[in-house]
Amino acid sequence: MNRRKLEENFFKFLMALSLGLVFLALAGIILIVLIKGLSSLSWSMIFETPKGGYYLGGEGGIANAIVGSLYLVAGATVLALIISLPVALALQKEYLGKRFADITRLVLDILWGTPSIVYGAFGFVVMVWLGLRASLLGGIIVLTLLMIPIMTRAMDEAVRLVPYELKEMAYAMGTTRFETTLAVVLRQAFPGVCTGVILAVGRGIGDAASILFTAGYTDEIPRSLFDPVASLPLAVFFQSGTPVPEVQARAFTAALILLVIVLVINIVARLLGWRFSKNIVR
Amino acid sequence: MSRIEINELCVSFGRNPVLKNISLSIPDRQIICIIGPSGCGKTTLLKSLNRLLDLNEDVSITGDVRVDGQSIYQSRLDVTALRKKVGFLPQRPYPLPMSIYDNVAFGPRIHGLDGLNALSGGKAGSPAAGAKTSRKDKDRLVEHYLTLAGLWDEVKDRLSEPAAKLSIGQQQRLALARVLSIEPEVILADEATSALDPISARLVENQFRLLKKDYTIILVTHILRQARRLGDYIVFLYMGDLVEHKPAAEFFGDPSDEKTKAYVNGDIS
Repeated sequence: MNRRKLEENFFKFLMALSLGLVFLALAGIILIVLIKGLSSLSWSMIFETPKGGYYLGGEGGIANAIVGSLYLVAGATVLALIISLPVALALQKEYLGKRFADITRLVLDILWGTPSIVYGAFGFVVMVWLGLRASLLGGIIVLTLLMIPIMTRAMDEAVRLVPYELKEMAYAMGTTRFETTLAVVLRQAFPGVCTGVILAVGRGIGDAASILFTAGYTDEIPRSLFDPVASLPLAVFFQSGTPVPEVQARAFTAALILLVIVLVINIVARLLGWRFSKNIVR
Repeated sequence: MSRIEINELCVSFGRNPVLKNISLSIPDRQIICIIGPSGCGKTTLLKSLNRLLDLNEDVSITGDVRVDGQSIYQSRLDVTALRKKVGFLPQRPYPLPMSIYDNVAFGPRIHGLDGLNALSGGKAGSPAAGAKTSRKDKDRLVEHYLTLAGLWDEVKDRLSEPAAKLSIGQQQRLALARVLSIEPEVILADEATSALDPISARLVENQFRLLKKDYTIILVTHILRQARRLGDYIVFLYMGDLVEHKPAAEFFGDPSDEKTKAYVNGDIS
């Protein structure tokens, strides 16, 4: 075998290896969460809040964390979407100059890379300053901040992939910027916009550090925006930190439920993206 | 009918001059072919006529273009109205990301055209403001323009399908229907057949021949034979300079400039 063929095979092997590692990691995570979490999965886990002595192995469930996480992420996703989508669209060169857009992108990328504990600390300082306690509202606001850079940059990339000629053609018909954006750019970029939402939701629902101080934790389901709220990542965190084996197993159950929720959101968003993408131009 | 006057037009991208001092009066209701070697500024000249150059970032334009006596580079001009009057057919026919039907219905909707002028055959008059076009009228409008573009028979049974599913030849005729649907007076066509197979190209050329009695068609082409087949009036550009422009018979029969002679004979390309 000659050198070039050897090279070719070597890199093929490397790629297969990395692909294998990725799949192995995913399979490993799912398997371990399933094995360790399934044993304590039950209806009462999903539908009941913790009862007395829950954290010592007593009865109850983590409905507080499930509902809390859904509240937090639903609120944050809506707020982040309201802010991110217009920003992503405004980053087109017809709206903002290229220089300003590039600076905005840089800022967003830095925010994207900022550790979530920093968001949490920042949110906490702001809340103290505003005189706000750890609450659903506080959690939603910090999660929104966490999600905005991810959502905006993902959508921005999708919007940038819209062929320039496609936009030019719309403009050539005498459309305004707004009409082109709405009728052409948004339709063409829709699957990418959905992906942006998925990425942001995935990060938001799984993040523990940012909501540790800002949302708090409680055994109750919150009744108002100003009540503290439990969440699944923190349910995993707190329960795996107890010395009681039964409670540790419940941490994995919480992780399992978190995984399933992320999976369902992913599938729904993909279906939605697919449903509305039949008209896009390739 | 629109008259287009170009007066000492200079266009450059960055520091690179693309069009140098072009002055030209474009006759109406004819097919005007802009020819010349690649990179000579044909497309730039075309796009300067409905301000599509505005979308480029580092473009600078001096001189003047007048459409119906109105200077189109004045800052207060309604660009959307200009582009409605001077339609554009691109080289690669990107369909809008919608159904075939909506591709044609989109233009009339944004410009508030009810299409009654087009359907009654007259071209004068303005659309009734605020009048809601009924679904039936819209259907007739879509059929009208698709027929005019020579596409109706091929798509009449699948109007709700994505336009992206059409072949590229069909997409170009759909683009033509879309241009016609905004009731322009001038159609700018940028090598509108170059991406097409010979049969589709012939179909589009035939539509141009039919349309020239009502429209001024300005066609950029690098195919000399196409200019011979279609052109009533030829504009020859070379390296950003306007070399020669005259009626086709004269241009091909009796070119006066040395460069034109060389180009027509195929000595330069």
